[in-house]
Amino acid sequence: MDINDIQEEIISEFSLLDSDMEMTVFYIMELGQKLPVMDDALKTEENVVKGCQSKVWLTANLDDDKISFSADSNTAITKGLVSLLIRIFNGQSPEAILNANLYFMQKIGMERFIGTQRSNGFASMIKQMKWYALAFKTKLEVKS
Amino acid sequence: MTTTSPALSTALDVEKIRKEFPILHQTVNGRDLVYFDNAATSQKPLVVINALTEYYKGYNANIHRGIHTLAEKATKAFEQTRLTAKEYINAKSEQEIVFTRGVTESINLVASSYGRTFIKEGDEIIVSELEHHSNIVPWQFVVEEKNAVLKVIPVTDRGELDLDAYRKLLSSKTKIVSVNHASNSLGTVNPIKEIIRLAHEVGAVVFIDGAQAGAHLDIDVQDLDCDFYTVSAHKMYGPTGAGFLYGKKALLEKMPPYQGGGEMIKEVTFKKTTYNDLPHKFEAGTPNIADVVAFRYAMDFITETGRAAMAAHEHNLLQYATERVSRLKGVNLVGTAPEKVSVFSFTVDGIHPFDIGQMLDARGIAVRTGHHCTQPLMDRYGIEGTVRASFAVYNTKKEIDQLVEGLERVINFMK
Repeated sequence: MDINDIQEEIISEFSLLDSDMEMTVFYIMELGQKLPVMDDALKTEENVVKGCQSKVWLTANLDDDKISFSADSNTAITKGLVSLLIRIFNGQSPEAILNANLYFMQKIGMERFIGTQRSNGFASMIKQMKWYALAFKTKLEVKS
Repeated sequence: MTTTSPALSTALDVEKIRKEFPILHQTVNGRDLVYFDNAATSQKPLVVINALTEYYKGYNANIHRGIHTLAEKATKAFEQTRLTAKEYINAKSEQEIVFTRGVTESINLVASSYGRTFIKEGDEIIVSELEHHSNIVPWQFVVEEKNAVLKVIPVTDRGELDLDAYRKLLSSKTKIVSVNHASNSLGTVNPIKEIIRLAHEVGAVVFIDGAQAGAHLDIDVQDLDCDFYTVSAHKMYGPTGAGFLYGKKALLEKMPPYQGGGEMIKEVTFKKTTYNDLPHKFEAGTPNIADVVAFRYAMDFITETGRAAMAAHEHNLLQYATERVSRLKGVNLVGTAPEKVSVFSFTVDGIHPFDIGQMLDARGIAVRTGHHCTQPLMDRYGIEGTVRASFAVYNTKKEIDQLVEGLERVINFMK
């Protein structure tokens, strides 16, 4: 599935929650609980995403020219939010990630429930993921 | 512990009081708002809100040197707050009341004016592990500049100051002791009278941060014999951006001005400026007239409602919350001193305070989460932060039931 298809899928899932804040927060935390476990050895200071109020660790690998991310957070809600990004970006090419225009946040009304501080943190996560994509893209270009 | 007599605790008509606070009557995320963030800022009653609009609608003018009618009216209202403040803390003279933006500015004023003038190399300033960052950082500025030393009174596991350790820290080198009357993170009420007495024995001056006491405890600066005391209006049902510093007259007189400008001068020539009398020497520039004027109505609201009755009500809420919340699975209370203001801090095993705060907000309940600007204290307990619910006169047991219900849902979900 391409990035926009996944975004549409997320938007339609969230629309089922009918803007109920409590259900939305529970749902986000549930998504976080389903995130594959990140190896503790990867939770290093180096892998901490800067600019997040909660602690978020993020790493990435390149398999067959596609990127796979691994992440964790010390707060359940942040972990849920990261899991949305991972769902969108995992298995995509560096090129697709770099060109991605993420619009699902506005559509699901994310600002309403994450506040200014977390919004900034969320932007930092996206930026970090795009950095990884850029690094892998450069690596692929050097190889070819 | 605040004494709770049944007569006092039933004396308050909380439903009637709630009607005075328009902000409380709204829904947040589809539910009735439960406001438990009073230690950060309390809500404002109609008398305060009306005082602000009446000032701007009726007699806004710059104070003290105007000769026209509005200026006179504004000056009178502004100075009336000073008289009310003097009564509120039982100062000897209104000249001992300096208006500031609040506690943080008051501490900076004294640290900068008194500290820079009287602290010398090798002198010692004592604070405590319970302090808010704003009662640590301004003293660090002084210590760094003067090559002085900052000493810290440790806290016990229950969140009380270790007075034996304090006695050992005191010496002829001690010049300033600065502690809070009540802790913003744990609610502990500190034995400040004893702390002051001991400091005076070695000749040190004592600064009391009354941010968490102003709306909750009786304050008698003459009985306490403290040298400085400060409160913020916005934690006392008053407006933001106003507060006052109390200082003993003899001390304020020998302190140099904090800021230069209008109002604080007597005469200015390019050769020499002479300073105005107290308290105006410390009030440079146009002050926050409207908020200071309205602050008086907030103090009157507390006095008329009755500080003892309010304290008794809040104490009942604290006790009820302590009983109910501590029974929940995995809850750890942080700060269990026998004497506390209505600040209730806790952690829950395996659940980050942010998540709890967010989940409660989804149910319309406002609490604070994090380190509460007391990182050294959090380090002391080896935690990142707490969830803090803090109660005011308009809160009810029913609201605490809603908090408990919200917490049960989070805990059940996360287990």
